[in-house]
Amino acid sequence: MNPHTVFIASAYGFTALIAAGLVLRAVLDHRAQVRALAGLEARGLGRRPRRG
Amino acid sequence: MIRDLANPTRFMSFSGRLLPWIVGAAILAMAAGLYLAFFVAPADYQQGETVRIMYVHVPAASLGLFFYVAMAASALGTLVWRHPLAEVSQRAAAPIGAAFSLVCLVTGSLWGKPMWGTYWVWDARLTSMLVLFLIYCGILALWHAVEEPGRAARTVSILTLVGTINIVIVKYSVDWWNTLHQPASIFTAGGPKIHPSILWPLVVMVAAFALTGVALHLSGMRTEILRRRVRTLTLLEAERLDAGPATGSQPTLGSRPTAAGPEVA
Repeated sequence: MNPHTVFIASAYGFTALIAAGLVLRAVLDHRAQVRALAGLEARGLGRRPRRG
Repeated sequence: MIRDLANPTRFMSFSGRLLPWIVGAAILAMAAGLYLAFFVAPADYQQGETVRIMYVHVPAASLGLFFYVAMAASALGTLVWRHPLAEVSQRAAAPIGAAFSLVCLVTGSLWGKPMWGTYWVWDARLTSMLVLFLIYCGILALWHAVEEPGRAARTVSILTLVGTINIVIVKYSVDWWNTLHQPASIFTAGGPKIHPSILWPLVVMVAAFALTGVALHLSGMRTEILRRRVRTLTLLEAERLDAGPATGSQPTLGSRPTAAGPEVA
C-alpha cells in the first residue's frame, strides 16, 4: 500500500462529506420551504384573486 | 434575456427547467473526472500519488474564490440597483463558497503533510485562504443576525465588497511573497505549466465542481425565493390576525405589506 494513501483517501472522503452535506442541506431546506408555503396557501394566503 | 430572468417568477420557471440538466451534467462530469484522476492520470515524478489530491484541492479553491466574486457582483446589484434577486443570489452563494473554501483548506493541509512535512504553515497563500473562509463565516453570521432580509443584504454587501481585497491577496500572494505554496501553474501568462496528462483530468474535475456549484447555487436561490415568500405570507397572516375578523380582503403576493420589507414574488 502506498504510504500516502491515507492522506489521499482523507482528502477525497472529506470532500465527499462536505459535498453530500451541501446537497442534503439544499434538498431538506427546499422541502421545508415548499411545505411551509403549501401550508400558508392552504390557509387562503398567497393566491392571487381571479380577475373579471 | 437577463432582464427577463431578473424577475423572480420567471427565474423560478427558467431555473426549474434548467436545474435537472445541470445536475445530470455535473454527475457525468464528476464520474468522468474521478475516472481520469484515478485511472488515467499518472503519478507525479516528484510528488508521487499525492498529486491526486490536487484534483479536489484546486477545483475547491477555484470555487471558493469564484463564489466570493459572484457574491461581490451580487452585492453591487444589491447596493446600486437594489434588486431582490441580487440579494437572493448573494445569500445562496455564501454557504457554498464557505464549504468549498473549507474543503480547499483541509485538502491542502492533507497534501501539505506528506509533501512539506507539516499540515499548516502561516505563509501568505494559506493565511489569506483562511482569512477568506473566516470572512465567509462572518457573512453567514451576519445573514442570520439581521432579521429583515433587505437590511441584512445591504449590511452584508458592504462587508462583502470590503472583503474583495482579500481575493486579490489570495490570487497574488504566491507572487508577492516568498511562500511555501507553489506559484501559479495553470492560469499563467505563458499558459499552463502542467503536463497535459495531468492537466486534462484537472480541467474535467474543475468543470465537474463548477457544474456542482452552479446547481447548488441555483437550488439555493430557488429555496431563498420560497423562504422570502413564506416570510411575506407569514407577516401578512399576522397582520390579518391583528386586524381582526372584520377585514375580509385576502392578502396575496401581489400586495405589498408594510412590515414585510422588499418582497420577492
